[in-house]
Amino acid sequence: MKIHEYQAKKILAEYGVPVPKGGVASTPEEAAAVAAHLGGKVVVKAQVHAGGRGKAGGIKLVASPKEAEQFARAILGKDLVTHQTGPKGVPVRKVLVAEGADIQRELYLAIVVDGGARGVVIIASEAGGVEIEEVAAKTPEKILRLKVDPTLGLQPFQGRKVAYFLKVKEEQVRQVAGLVASLYGAFMENDCTLAEINPLAVAPDGRIMAVDAKLSFEDDALFRHPALKELHDPEQEAAQEVQARNAGLNYVQLDGNIGCIVNGAGLAMATMDVAVAAGARPANFLDVGGGADEARVAEAVRILLSDSGVDAILVNIFGGILRCDVVARGILIGAESASRNLRPMVVRMLGTNAEEGRKLLSQSSLDVKLVNDLGEAAAAIKALG
Amino acid sequence: MSILVDKNTRLLVQGITGKEGSFHAKRCKEYGTNLVSGVTPGRGGTMFDETVKVFNTVEQAVAETKANVSLVVVPPAFAADAIAEAMDASIKTVVCITEGVPVLDSVKVVDYARRNGVALIGPNCPGLISPGGKCKVGIMPGHIHKAGRIGVVSRSGTLSYEAVGQLTAMGIGQSTVVGIGGDPVSGTDFVDVLRRFNDDAETDAVVLIGEIGGSKEQEAAEYIKGHFKKPVAALIVGQSAPPGRRMGHAGAIITGAAAKADEKMKALRAAGAAIIPSPGDIGRTAQELVTDKKK
Repeated sequence: MKIHEYQAKKILAEYGVPVPKGGVASTPEEAAAVAAHLGGKVVVKAQVHAGGRGKAGGIKLVASPKEAEQFARAILGKDLVTHQTGPKGVPVRKVLVAEGADIQRELYLAIVVDGGARGVVIIASEAGGVEIEEVAAKTPEKILRLKVDPTLGLQPFQGRKVAYFLKVKEEQVRQVAGLVASLYGAFMENDCTLAEINPLAVAPDGRIMAVDAKLSFEDDALFRHPALKELHDPEQEAAQEVQARNAGLNYVQLDGNIGCIVNGAGLAMATMDVAVAAGARPANFLDVGGGADEARVAEAVRILLSDSGVDAILVNIFGGILRCDVVARGILIGAESASRNLRPMVVRMLGTNAEEGRKLLSQSSLDVKLVNDLGEAAAAIKALG
Repeated sequence: MSILVDKNTRLLVQGITGKEGSFHAKRCKEYGTNLVSGVTPGRGGTMFDETVKVFNTVEQAVAETKANVSLVVVPPAFAADAIAEAMDASIKTVVCITEGVPVLDSVKVVDYARRNGVALIGPNCPGLISPGGKCKVGIMPGHIHKAGRIGVVSRSGTLSYEAVGQLTAMGIGQSTVVGIGGDPVSGTDFVDVLRRFNDDAETDAVVLIGEIGGSKEQEAAEYIKGHFKKPVAALIVGQSAPPGRRMGHAGAIITGAAAKADEKMKALRAAGAAIIPSPGDIGRTAQELVTDKKK
């Protein structure tokens, strides 16, 4: 689960990470009031769940409360399109107004769960202010990666190692090491999957603070953090994705024209690849999950049919625990409730009760082409082309 | 032969009285697995399916029934605890089916398992099956498998069924099929399984099924290049997945160059693996591997 920058900074500040003074505003007037309270130059930042806000025109340094108000008016209520959002963009409902920090150096500090290292890894770089992927690709030697031993936990020497790697002044070493410990505490206690400070700014007077911050929490661990759930902002996601999650479906909206309904994440990716190999583009990733019932499958069908970009639907079920006849009934229920907007379907069913499922579909009034394997599925998709 | 589980497996199911646990315990037993006991705290002294003793602790179950493999089917919040209990009772092969285990919990038990020589499979995996030894420790549909000499290892459950389905349809049997699971941090990775297939006299070739996210496939490629003596056919799915979006599996997310499908295929191809061009070609590519070997 992603949260907004202002929320992340509030949490990090509670753990002792220094952040610039500021406040969040939902209206231009509020933005002006926060700017007036802070005084001097302030930065106004659109609050959206996407990177690349600066380049997309979502962040502005302004000299007065009036300018803050003007800029807030220009972006609040609008959709911001960045290189991470897709063409529709995401709505800006709030802006963060923060003191304009004087920056001498821009550093990078993050903590992630790294599958390769099988654990928690601290990442630091002198090359802050740009995307770390870019640094990793061009100048990997500028990145320090430190694994935290799961039994020992973070040790102070690791914080010092980060500080020396970042070449901060001797008198700042303790401060940086402390900051690493604070970030680690926030990460572990909230079951984060990512805690990133970029840039970690060094001011000319030696102060160090998190000018931008990002926190993501692990969905699977939210059950032990009920308070964090409150921070969720469903407006930042496509409506279909919220609908799918509520139905217990694993769904990711894409921009193609072939809707996919599959059981299992791996098979769902494979099915998308089959659509691509057939010269089409998948409209979505969708895994109904092993424990799916008729109602959940029906909801999947409704979600796909509500997407006007979908020209045809490819169903690929390898029945194990999930029975094919259950899927077939779900498809019929879902299609019935959207009878005016039906699209042709290519269906491949194998495994538990496959014959029964195929029979239910072939005897229905739906435009269904039953296929036996993935090769035939690709050919059928191509024929619809 | 086979790897990890076989006719000598004495299976214990943790969570055996739960809805999922009892369902899958029964299916394993029906397949032919020697199910010797179950554990559910508070239900010790009862019987499962009339013949299987249920214990309060893994330690008691091991002492009385000599269980040597545990299948963990408990809710996510209790999975790490259950795995730790099995390892504490000296079980050396632990298979965790549970999906949705918090990753920081996995980090701890995976680290403990690796330091103590425990083969932990999963979490979030379908388990494993050795058709020749009539031993199934997992949730896969048993009847699609056929005893034979191809090893299968996959991050995805349904895709391993797909692979097995294609192999069996072509008359190609399997030695052991291992689902390592879809989480970013798992107890057993491709390399661990390949190492065992390398030493297994009755595995002739391996089908490896990877996907976007992480670098487990690159690690496998390194190992194949330097050490693996048998032919490998590899499929990577998620070629059409966009970066930054999680494709169902917690670990299936492109977060850097190495996580992309084409990078993984490049590494595996360079290591000498035959790349399976499309998910429909698993059986055909495997058959070519086996035929090439006979020539």
